[in-house]
Amino acid sequence: MVKKEIVALLLAGGQGSRLGVLTKTIAKPAVLYGGKYRIIDFSLSNCINSGIDTVGVLTQYQPLKLNSHIGIGKPWDMDRINGGVTILSPYLKEEVGEWYKGTANAVFQNIHYVDKISPEYVIILSGDHIYKMDYSQMLDFHKRNNAEATISVIDVPIEEAGRYGIMNASDDGRIYEFEEKPAQPKSTLASMGVYIFNWNTLKQYLIRDNENTLSQYDFGKNIIPMMLEDGRSMWAYKFSGYWRDVGTIQAFWESNMDLISRIPDFNLFDPNWRIYTPNPVAPAHYIGPDGSIKKSIVAEGCMIYGKLKNSVIFPGVIVEKNAVIEDSIIMSGASIGEGAVINQCIVGERAYVGRHVKLGVGEIVPNEHKPNIYNSGITVIGEAAHIPDEAHVGKNVMIDIEVTQEDFCDFKISSGKNVYKGGVCE
Amino acid sequence: MKNVMGIILTGGKNNRLKELSSIRSISAVPVAGKYRAIDFALSSMVNSGITNVGVLTQYSFRSLMDHLGSGKEWDLDRKNDGLFVFPPYLSENDTGWYRGSSDAMFNNITFLKRSNEKYVVIAQGNCIYKVSFDSMLEKHIENKADITIAYREMNNFGEEELSLLGLIKIGDDGKILDLQEKPPHPWTKTGSMGIYIIERELLISLLEESVAHGNYDFVKDIVIRNLGTLNIYGYEYDVYWRSLSTVQMYYRCNMEMLDPEVRRELFIENGKVYTKVKDESPAKYNDEAEVKNSIIGDGCIIEGTVENCVLFRGVTIRKGAVVKDSIIMQGACIEENAILRYAILDKNVVMTQGKSLKGEADWPIIVEKNVRV
Repeated sequence: MVKKEIVALLLAGGQGSRLGVLTKTIAKPAVLYGGKYRIIDFSLSNCINSGIDTVGVLTQYQPLKLNSHIGIGKPWDMDRINGGVTILSPYLKEEVGEWYKGTANAVFQNIHYVDKISPEYVIILSGDHIYKMDYSQMLDFHKRNNAEATISVIDVPIEEAGRYGIMNASDDGRIYEFEEKPAQPKSTLASMGVYIFNWNTLKQYLIRDNENTLSQYDFGKNIIPMMLEDGRSMWAYKFSGYWRDVGTIQAFWESNMDLISRIPDFNLFDPNWRIYTPNPVAPAHYIGPDGSIKKSIVAEGCMIYGKLKNSVIFPGVIVEKNAVIEDSIIMSGASIGEGAVINQCIVGERAYVGRHVKLGVGEIVPNEHKPNIYNSGITVIGEAAHIPDEAHVGKNVMIDIEVTQEDFCDFKISSGKNVYKGGVCE
Repeated sequence: MKNVMGIILTGGKNNRLKELSSIRSISAVPVAGKYRAIDFALSSMVNSGITNVGVLTQYSFRSLMDHLGSGKEWDLDRKNDGLFVFPPYLSENDTGWYRGSSDAMFNNITFLKRSNEKYVVIAQGNCIYKVSFDSMLEKHIENKADITIAYREMNNFGEEELSLLGLIKIGDDGKILDLQEKPPHPWTKTGSMGIYIIERELLISLLEESVAHGNYDFVKDIVIRNLGTLNIYGYEYDVYWRSLSTVQMYYRCNMEMLDPEVRRELFIENGKVYTKVKDESPAKYNDEAEVKNSIIGDGCIIEGTVENCVLFRGVTIRKGAVVKDSIIMQGACIEENAILRYAILDKNVVMTQGKSLKGEADWPIIVEKNVRV
C-alpha cells in the first residue's frame, strides 16, 4: 500500500441553525446549493482535485441525508481500496459514549481512524463553506515553512473582521497571536477554518485538551491558542478567491445569486476544477413554447413552461404556464403551479406551490418568531410543503416542512408570519 | 426477470447516417440532449430486471466502448453477471470480423453457453423506445413459442422509412406468417421492432446450425428461414419507437423529444433512461437569452436565440446568434450573430461570428465533428 501523506477530516456536524427551516431535517453541509450541489460537495471536490483521496467525514446533526449523499464516495472518485471516504459518527465506547462536544473533541474521538492510516499531516476542513482551493499548495507552504500548524486565512474588510477568528501574523506569515471575534481587530486575516497540522503534534494537543474539563474542545478557541502559547511554528496561508460562509438565509441566497451574473466571481464551469456531486438520472431540461429564461441557471430534468428571471433552479423542477419566478431559488423536485408568482423566495425540495399563488408580496416586516433568521425579505418554504391554490404569502414568511392545505388557517399569510405543521399560523 | 439475459446488437455498417456514423457506431449516436442511442435498449433491459447483458459491437466501436465503460451507470458493474462488451477478435477460427449478426453471436457463443438464464432477449442498439420485456416474455411462454418478435403498427412512418424495416404479416393466432427484411415496396405498416425473445439453448443450437451452413444473419438466416418450421409469434407493443436509420429519421426522432407526450413516455413514466454522466454544472442563461421549445443539456451557456432545438451538454450560444430547428452536439459553440436553421452540428463544431448555414426541414445539413465553419 502506498502510504498516505495527508488525510482530510471534514467536520460536517454543524446544524447551521441560522438557515432556519432549510436545516430542520438536514445538517448545513447537506443543504442544496448552486442548482445541483450540496454545500459539502465543494470541500469534497477540493480534496480530490488537490490529490487527497482519504477523507473522514465527521457527522453528528441529522446525518441521514449526508450519509446517503456521500455513500461510498463514488461521485468524488473516492470509492477506493486504499483510502477513500469514511463517515465517522459518534458511537458508544466501552466506558462511555458521547456526542462530539466540539470540533477538537470530534477529531479526538477519531484519533484511532487517523492513527490507522498514520499520515504525516492532517487537514481539518469544515463542510460549511463555498470555495475552490488547492490544498496541495497549502501543504507545500506548510512544508516549506517547517510549520507545525498552518491556518488558511482570507482578507476580510476591517469592519467585518470582528465576526471572525483573526490571525495576527508577521509579514512573512508567521502567526504570533490569535483573537476570536475581536472587538478591536488588529489585522484583517480571518481564519477560514482550514487547518493543516503535523499529525503527531496535533494528537498531543487533542489529548491534552481533552483532559481539560473547562475546555470548549474547539480548534479556534482551544487548540490554536494552546499551540501558540507553547511557541509552536504556526503560519498563516493567504487564500484569495471566492469564499463564502453561507450561514444565513441572506448570505445563502446572495451566494446562489452570485452564480448567475454574466461572468461570475465563482465559476462552476471550470473544466480543470470540477465540482462533483451525485448526478440525477434525468433528461436534459426542457423549456416550453411559451417559456422564457433569463439570467438564471437551470438543472437537468426541469420542465419550464413559465418565466424565470434571476433564479437558480435545481433538478426536476416543474414550472407551469404563466408562472413567473424572479430572484428565487427553487430546489429539487419542486412544482410551481400555473400562474403562480414568486419573488425573492427559497422554495424547498419537493414543495408544491399551487396555482395562482403569490409568494413574497407586501412590505418587509421581520419574522415575528425568529427575526434574527428571517429578516432580509426572503420567504422560505420548507421541503415538501404544500401551498394551496390562490394563497398569498408575504415577505420574511417561514412555511414549515410538509405543511398541507389544512395547515393554512388563512389563504393570506402576511409578511413576517409563520405557518407550522398542525395548523398553527402565527 | 431473473431468468432472462440480454444481447444488444449494435448493427452493421450504415452510410445513411452520413458523417454522424462515420466515426461511431449508430448505437453510439447522441440523442435527446444527453443520451446515446444504445441507452434506450439497455435501460429497457435494466428496467425489466435483466442483469446479464452482452453488447456485440462491430463498426467504429471505440466511442461505444468509452460510453459503456464497466456498465456502472446502468448498475451493471456486478460481481455476478453485469455488462459484457464483445468487439470482434482474431483467433484460430475467427476472421476478426463478424460476417453478420448470427456470426457475431456465434463468435461469442461461450457467453451464451456459460450463462444460465433460460431466455434471451435480443434487441438493437440503434432504436429509441422504452418498454418492459416482462409482458412479452409472459406471452412468449403462454404461446409456447420458439421465437417471439416484437412489432408495432408503424403508422407514422413514410414509404421510404418502411422500406428500411422488417415488415411482418401476422396470422389470427398471432403467429408470424411472413417477414420481409427491407422490402423495396412496403406492403404493410406492421413492422418488426428488432426485439426477439428465444430460449438460450435453442438460440445456441440455431446459431451453430446456421453458421455451419455458412449463413451469418440472424433475421434472414434464422428467423425467416424457419418461419415454416418453428413456432414464431408476434407480440404487439403500442409505444413510441424510432429506428435511427437515416439522417431524416435521426433528425425527426430528436425533434420529437420536444413533444411532452414523447418525453413523458420515455423519461418520466415506467422507469428511467440511464446514461453515462458527466459532471457538468447546470445550464446558464444570460439576460439576452431567448429560448423556446427546446431541450438544453447541462453545462450550456446561452445568450442568443434558440427555438425548436436540442442542445447537448456544454454548448455555447453567443449574443445575437439565432439557432432554430437544429441539433447541436456536445461542446459546440455558436459565435456572435451566427445563424443556423435545420442543421445537425456534431461535437465541438464552431460556427464563427456572423456565419450562417441553412438546411431544409426534410434535408438537414450536417457539420462534421471538430469542424470550424
